[in-house]
Amino acid sequence: MDAGQVEKAQSLELLTGTDSLCPSVLFSPLRLLVVYPWTQRFFQSFGDLSSADAIMGNSKVKAHGKKVLNSFSDGLKNIDDLKGAFAKLSELHCDKLHVDPENFRLLGNVLVCVLAHHFGHEFNPQVQAAFQKVVAGVASALAHRYH
Amino acid sequence: MVLSAADKSNVKACWGKIGSHAGDYGTEALERTFCCFPTTKTYFHHFDLSHGSAQVKAHGQKVADALTQAVAHINDLPNALSALSDLHAYKLRVDPVNFKLLSHCLLVTLACHHPAEFTPAVHASLDKFFSAVSTVLTSKYR
Repeated sequence: MDAGQVEKAQSLELLTGTDSLCPSVLFSPLRLLVVYPWTQRFFQSFGDLSSADAIMGNSKVKAHGKKVLNSFSDGLKNIDDLKGAFAKLSELHCDKLHVDPENFRLLGNVLVCVLAHHFGHEFNPQVQAAFQKVVAGVASALAHRYH
Repeated sequence: MVLSAADKSNVKACWGKIGSHAGDYGTEALERTFCCFPTTKTYFHHFDLSHGSAQVKAHGQKVADALTQAVAHINDLPNALSALSDLHAYKLRVDPVNFKLLSHCLLVTLACHHPAEFTPAVHASLDKFFSAVSTVLTSKYR
């Protein structure tokens, strides 16, 4: 799936539009660890992940989550060449971090749920469809350099 | 994946809050699925899939009713969903990947309409529940 101009406009507007967005979106990686606990395997050194509350309050996870979302946002600025934008990160996730690309798809879907949670009715089917294309594109780009 | 006591409690509480809106949410989830994942429309080529379609509305109600039944019998999903499981295995034969897509859109719909209820823990419980229902519905495929 290719994210086109409409998707770019809508997704960038949602992600960078208002200050109120940032806290919700930043919680996506934390929510990932709660909803799909096996993703915690990459964060064994991050301290207490024993409950939903512990995870949502964990400052190391929060900091890492911020890093991830900032990369995501930066990558979206090159939405016409996601594979190029995420090439180095793709190599990192394969060669150094050894992350199964399925995790990128899981995070993408959690991000969509968080956006729905935040925006409510504004997150209509058409907006969701645009975002599904974007997260699929990012997941695909991050998996592109795997070997 | 096993539904814990907390999961069952979360699902029952959330579904209880939905009440009579279940049919509307079933319909919206279907609409989202067709819009976001166009390949799913291949199973409904005989339907009018335009916004507001009576056929989609009726089908959304059917999906919601089945989920309401599943919630009511959450301790014995295989028995409660046995007839639906047969239907999907021998007649409908919807590829298993599509259950994940509809489940995701059900989560998105609930997140939109019930932000207060859609905490991380409830999100997890609902995801597990839809996954458990999907597993039962595809259990007789082969």
